[in-house]
Amino acid sequence: MTPLLARRRHPLATAALLLVALMAVGGLYAAVSGGRAQAAPQSASTTQIDLGRKLYSEGCSSCHGLNAEGGQQPDGTISGPSLIGVGAAAVDFQVGTGRMPLQANGPQAAPNLPSYTPDEISALAAYVASLGPGPSIPDTGTYDPKDADVVLGGQLFRSNCGACHNFAGSGGALTFGKRAPAIVNTTPRHIYEAMITGPANMPIFPDGTLRPADKRAIIAYVETLKNAPNPGGLDLGRVGPVTEGLLFWVVGIGALVVAAVWIGAKAR
Amino acid sequence: MSDHEHDDDFSALPHHEPRMSDIDPRAAKRAERQVALLFTGAMLCGIAFIVAFAAVPVEKLVWVPLIGDTQLSNLLLGLFMGLGFFLVGGGAIHWAKKLMPEQEVISERHDTGAPAEARQATFKELERGVNESGVRRRPLILATLVGALALMSVAPLVLIADLGPKPGTKLRYTMWRKGMRILVAETGQPIRPQDLLVGSLVSGVPDGIDAVLEAEGNLNELAKAPVILVRMDPTDIKAQQGTDWDFQGILCFSKICTHVGCPISLYEQQTHHLLCPCHQSTFDLADGGQVIFGPAARELPQLAITVDTDGYLVAQGDFAQPVGPSFWERG
Repeated sequence: MTPLLARRRHPLATAALLLVALMAVGGLYAAVSGGRAQAAPQSASTTQIDLGRKLYSEGCSSCHGLNAEGGQQPDGTISGPSLIGVGAAAVDFQVGTGRMPLQANGPQAAPNLPSYTPDEISALAAYVASLGPGPSIPDTGTYDPKDADVVLGGQLFRSNCGACHNFAGSGGALTFGKRAPAIVNTTPRHIYEAMITGPANMPIFPDGTLRPADKRAIIAYVETLKNAPNPGGLDLGRVGPVTEGLLFWVVGIGALVVAAVWIGAKAR
Repeated sequence: MSDHEHDDDFSALPHHEPRMSDIDPRAAKRAERQVALLFTGAMLCGIAFIVAFAAVPVEKLVWVPLIGDTQLSNLLLGLFMGLGFFLVGGGAIHWAKKLMPEQEVISERHDTGAPAEARQATFKELERGVNESGVRRRPLILATLVGALALMSVAPLVLIADLGPKPGTKLRYTMWRKGMRILVAETGQPIRPQDLLVGSLVSGVPDGIDAVLEAEGNLNELAKAPVILVRMDPTDIKAQQGTDWDFQGILCFSKICTHVGCPISLYEQQTHHLLCPCHQSTFDLADGGQVIFGPAARELPQLAITVDTDGYLVAQGDFAQPVGPSFWERG
């Protein structure tokens, strides 16, 4: 009889056994779930790429070409650009924000509810990433705005982003129906991906000139914009004089007309 | 007024209908009480305004539907002031409409111009004054008086000289020099060509701008020197303002709009159009910065760039033309 078996009726034996069992279960869970979380977006398995290729053939190839080489319509206009080398980050942004698959022809793709589940988006991203090197999906630590320098983020936002996306992140007009979207409801990951991939007419802000820490600072500033109170009252979309003027002309002058009619009406 | 025509005018007015408050004393009393109630409401608003000012801390936020989190102090001050003014005005109008007399009255305008006798008397007085002053007999006085007034009205014009000093060549040159590195605005990193991908945009400032701003004690150089760097496929470049002013498709332009000097960085990377947010001037960076839309009259000045021996992007020299809006002496 081994010493361990001899002590199996010790008062603390049950507690010790319970501790060992809990640690085993917890450790196993942490290993499995942790491993999955890290593996999912980055190191793509062959089955994931195969699923991505299948989804691509069904949902994307009619515009972007059967091998993602880009598609042309019979009259020569481009129906979809080549996706070789755009990277997983571009797919995660375009499909994750519902811009792709394109809902309707127009000056630019409009954001929408995503048409694919997160797993399907990962598979599509893995397939496109397998076609050629491009920016990969950033991991949480890269874009998490926690503890970032908000003041620097504000300076960088005004210098680089505010011209198009507006001082309060409310977006603005460009040329020929194109526009810079409002970014206050965009997730930090999608903001980060937009900066490294330059969707549509947005320029790319490469890591060489806007370091990951700078990007994180910008995201932290945008997060403060999301939660900023309106000390002055109704913000009217924070787009400046356009809505303010419209409200003044319609509601303000309307109220004055009503008051003038009341003043001029004959009393009985 | 006693003219017969005017009686006809009176008859042309609609028949006067008396108001309830004119014929029923109780209605008049009721109107009086309503007016007093409106004015009392305004008084309460005034008191509430003072209480809100004194009692509500400025930093207190409150959630309001439609508005979201807003400053309670601002909200209450605005509400009570607006309501108070409205009640004062409403009371005054209600008073005028219900209780003040409302008989239609015609008030005739009198003739313009003074009567002939008055005019004659005035001219006579003037003539007498001129004669008594003796300027006709002593022309020297009149001549020197005119001279004095003329010179005294011109003399203050010399004060215009105090508006100076004239800008000199300040508007024509910036601090960019040959070999000066381009730094990323706000973070101050030097830039290597391989840092810029096709389609990227960088806001840049000259190396050493912080020292210059500190030495001068103003932001004048920062108002002139900012640039933007964009990289495009070299085959997309249709024209530049000088031969080999780019570096492998990296183009550098002034960030200051040539219309009224707003900083511009609304860059569409697919069309290579650069827009000014102030007045929608649009420049084609692939075509030498030409104006393709909007009120700007001149192309966006291009800065010639190259790389130094350490491989960082540097200026080939200052801008070849003044940056920013047109000015008087530029012609």
